[in-house]
Amino acid sequence: MTAAPDKKTSFQSLILALQTFWADQGCVVLQPYDMEVGAGTFHPATTLRVLGTKPWRAAYVQPSRRPADGRYGDNPNRLQHYYQFQVILKPSPDDSQDLYLQSLRHLGIDEGLHDIRFVEDDWESPTLGASGLGWEVWCDGMEVTQFTYFQQMGGMECDPVAVEFTYGLERLAMYIQGVDNVYDLDWNGLPKDQGGLTYGDVFHQAEKEFSAYNFEHANTEAVARHFKDAEAQCGALLALTPPLPLPAYEQCIKASHLFNLLDARGVIGVAERAAYIARVRALAKGCCEAWLVSQGEGV
Amino acid sequence: MAELLLEILSEEIPARMQARAADDLKRLMTDGLKKAGLTFEDARSFVTPRRLALVVDGLPVNQPDVTEERRGPRVDAPEQAIQGFLKGNGLTLDQCEKRTTPKGEFYFVVVERKGQVTADLLPEMFNDMFQVFPWPKSMRWGTGGQRWVRPLHGILCLFDGAVVPMAVGSTKSTNSTIGHRVLAPGVIGVNDFAEYRDKLENAQVILDADERRKAIAGQAEKLTKKEKLTVKIDNSLLAEVTGLVEWPMALMGRIDEVFMDLPEEVLTTAMRHHQKYFSVVDAKGKLAPRFIAVANTEATDDGKAIIAGNERVLRARLADARYFWDQDRKRTLESRVAGLDGVVFQQRLGSVLDKAERMAKLARTLAEYTGVDPDLAERAARLAKADLTTEMVVEFPELQGVMGRYYALADGETAEVAEAIADHYAPQGPADRCPSASVNVAVAMADKIDSLVGFWMIDEKPTGSKDPFALRRSALGVIRLIVENELSVPLLELFTAVYGFFPPSYNKERSVIPADVLARDLLDFFADRLKVHLRDKGVRHDLITAVFSLGDEDDLVRLLARVEALETFLASDDGEHLLVAYKRAANIVAIEEKKDGVIYDQPVDAGNLADAEEASLHAGLEEAAPRIAKAVAEERFADAMSALAGLRAPVDAFFDKVTVNCDDQTLRANRLRLLSRIRGALGGVADFSKIEG
Repeated sequence: MTAAPDKKTSFQSLILALQTFWADQGCVVLQPYDMEVGAGTFHPATTLRVLGTKPWRAAYVQPSRRPADGRYGDNPNRLQHYYQFQVILKPSPDDSQDLYLQSLRHLGIDEGLHDIRFVEDDWESPTLGASGLGWEVWCDGMEVTQFTYFQQMGGMECDPVAVEFTYGLERLAMYIQGVDNVYDLDWNGLPKDQGGLTYGDVFHQAEKEFSAYNFEHANTEAVARHFKDAEAQCGALLALTPPLPLPAYEQCIKASHLFNLLDARGVIGVAERAAYIARVRALAKGCCEAWLVSQGEGV
Repeated sequence: MAELLLEILSEEIPARMQARAADDLKRLMTDGLKKAGLTFEDARSFVTPRRLALVVDGLPVNQPDVTEERRGPRVDAPEQAIQGFLKGNGLTLDQCEKRTTPKGEFYFVVVERKGQVTADLLPEMFNDMFQVFPWPKSMRWGTGGQRWVRPLHGILCLFDGAVVPMAVGSTKSTNSTIGHRVLAPGVIGVNDFAEYRDKLENAQVILDADERRKAIAGQAEKLTKKEKLTVKIDNSLLAEVTGLVEWPMALMGRIDEVFMDLPEEVLTTAMRHHQKYFSVVDAKGKLAPRFIAVANTEATDDGKAIIAGNERVLRARLADARYFWDQDRKRTLESRVAGLDGVVFQQRLGSVLDKAERMAKLARTLAEYTGVDPDLAERAARLAKADLTTEMVVEFPELQGVMGRYYALADGETAEVAEAIADHYAPQGPADRCPSASVNVAVAMADKIDSLVGFWMIDEKPTGSKDPFALRRSALGVIRLIVENELSVPLLELFTAVYGFFPPSYNKERSVIPADVLARDLLDFFADRLKVHLRDKGVRHDLITAVFSLGDEDDLVRLLARVEALETFLASDDGEHLLVAYKRAANIVAIEEKKDGVIYDQPVDAGNLADAEEASLHAGLEEAAPRIAKAVAEERFADAMSALAGLRAPVDAFFDKVTVNCDDQTLRANRLRLLSRIRGALGGVADFSKIEG
């Protein structure tokens, strides 16, 4: 099933609508972080900015990579590369839920016709030493957003508390466009003969190739070596006086992604896996602490 | 008499926490009321996804006055002490009364404490409740330092119709609430509980979870009945769904026919696990291509869009499941076994591959006791865990075993092996179905005994309420498998053998706990579990202890036969008397041994029996002891008991006629030995000292 192209519901217009809505709520609209990350949360605009007392509101798209989720482009719902739309509001406003629901209305989801529910789903990122409480938001049984009140980041308490909304853009678009296969999503709202493109046109080849790379061809020795290098570089940057938390954090992000890649290649034993996670967490913690110090809010 | 109405409005409370939270709210508030001396007629609490509410009826508007008598210092106490007492109670000396007590003359005073206005006591009570509320997980939000399960949005508190002023952070109490988030978001003012409840219902909020539950079940039944189908009401799912809606609306959707050839368990699990849908079956009990979803709203198009959306989500879920099902069957279970080295069983106990290999060995041994081909048992045990690496089980862990069965059949394994794989996690608890096919029993036992010995080895035994590896359930599982299938299994021997299956890398642990000590300790754990299990069936736990404490019984079926024989015997007239006599004999011997500092366990001197009654008791014991031992050894427990019964008359006669503590010290010592011998003879059957009554 392919949706009739429609500029109002196209994938890109969805992103534009969210950007407009959250810009109106006083968010700085950022661009994706230019590195491989597993989720929008890894963007320093979330990881680092949720720490400390300074207010912060940001919204951005973040391409996210989960090497183990690749399906060679064969599965209609699973991707190793997908888009998240991330919103961070610090401190979390009293009307967080209302704002979120307004954003859905802004996307054309009529609450009178649909069933929106908040289903418990606490969030935890062992690699970031982060945790939060919240829900997955369901729209007619489909999980469309992860809604989290951050409690901890880098092992430190968040005070004030920030709220994070992570919209799964493909799912949301599939829902709004009424398509069953992610590759059938209408990307730009134009008929095919006028340059209309689907998600498949844009990404299908990439899904196939990256699945093969992630599962079969990534040179595990090199990846393991890169991990060590990133870890060492991160440590070195944190050991400077004063430390350089932002470049150090990039190395932490790099290490985290390399670990995911090794994991997808199936070369990490079970005990080793826990050790890798602990190593990335130690880096994240160090970066978070150095960031706070750089903000004049030392730990 | 007045009514207290309290509502705490918040963002969505996790469904699993709701019932407990309603109980806790009631308990904490009524404890506070009781502590303040405030009586009431009735207290009821309610919970919806967004609110916790409490109504207390029949409260007094004032705390009762209390008259209290206080004792002051002694009349001759230093002036300072007396002045201190007066000052502390706001009194003058002439208000005090002198009274003489056995300890001397004291000042006394009667203090009348005026009861406070009830409403004035409520804020502190509320605050105490709010601070200590035992949420399994609570959180902070915004800039405030408060904690609650989710951000707080309102407090409604009325006492006798008036707002009780109280606050949490910037949230102040009012006489109002709000209705359903979408259908009735406006503010609702209320004066009392009846109005609160009614107005909420008009605002699309059913306050009572029980009513919502019934509504869901009723609606689902109505929808399915139209198509001559039946909804399968799963109570824990129903409870969860009830906690997700304030205004339930059951809707029926269709499952695409192309998915109906997936295994039933896959369909129902995918629906239940991710989507919280109820399954629907036809008249024959076969899964129908329908599902019931419960929405939290009344849509303007009668739910058409909601149904379409849910159907689409389910299609995606089932497409995933189909993908897993097809992928998984491309590889045999056998080929997956090696990959189990990547799945941890327990960090210190190695991988699931290690476990599967131990289970295979153990299943071979157990095959001997369950009477099955050892090759078959070994094969099933080896493959039992292989489905853990299938995509389906990674996605739906609750399908472990079940998928193993399907995949084994697809691989061309025998039906026996497939069924044994499916069954090997059972029984999970006292009410679960207990496997009975011999292969299944062998594999199910192998899985559990391996875990028990392993965790015992690394000293991860259950303690108090903590049992993270569900070892109590495992032990009960083994007990049920043995007892319900009437198997004769020497547990101590088995535990020791399994101990030997763990590789040398566990030497460190092994040097701490030797095999025989571990086996003994684990058997004691089994005894405890057996007692708990049988207590529910009305078997006397003291009898189990009495038999177990002899230390010679590790065959549960034999043990139970012995307990049963003992129970029958003790219920008889002979048994009852003999038990009394035993206790008397044991008592006397114990007292005299303590007094004399001598143990009277030497043989009785047959040439030194003065009275006819002692001689006949001696003869009786000499005759009964070997008969009892032989009968027990041959598992003729009823015969052992009748040998015991024969002792009643001589024992009774002995106590009637013979004075144990006579002046002749030689006679006395010999009589004490005779009594001690009673203990010995009975000890062949059970440790009678452990029997109550």
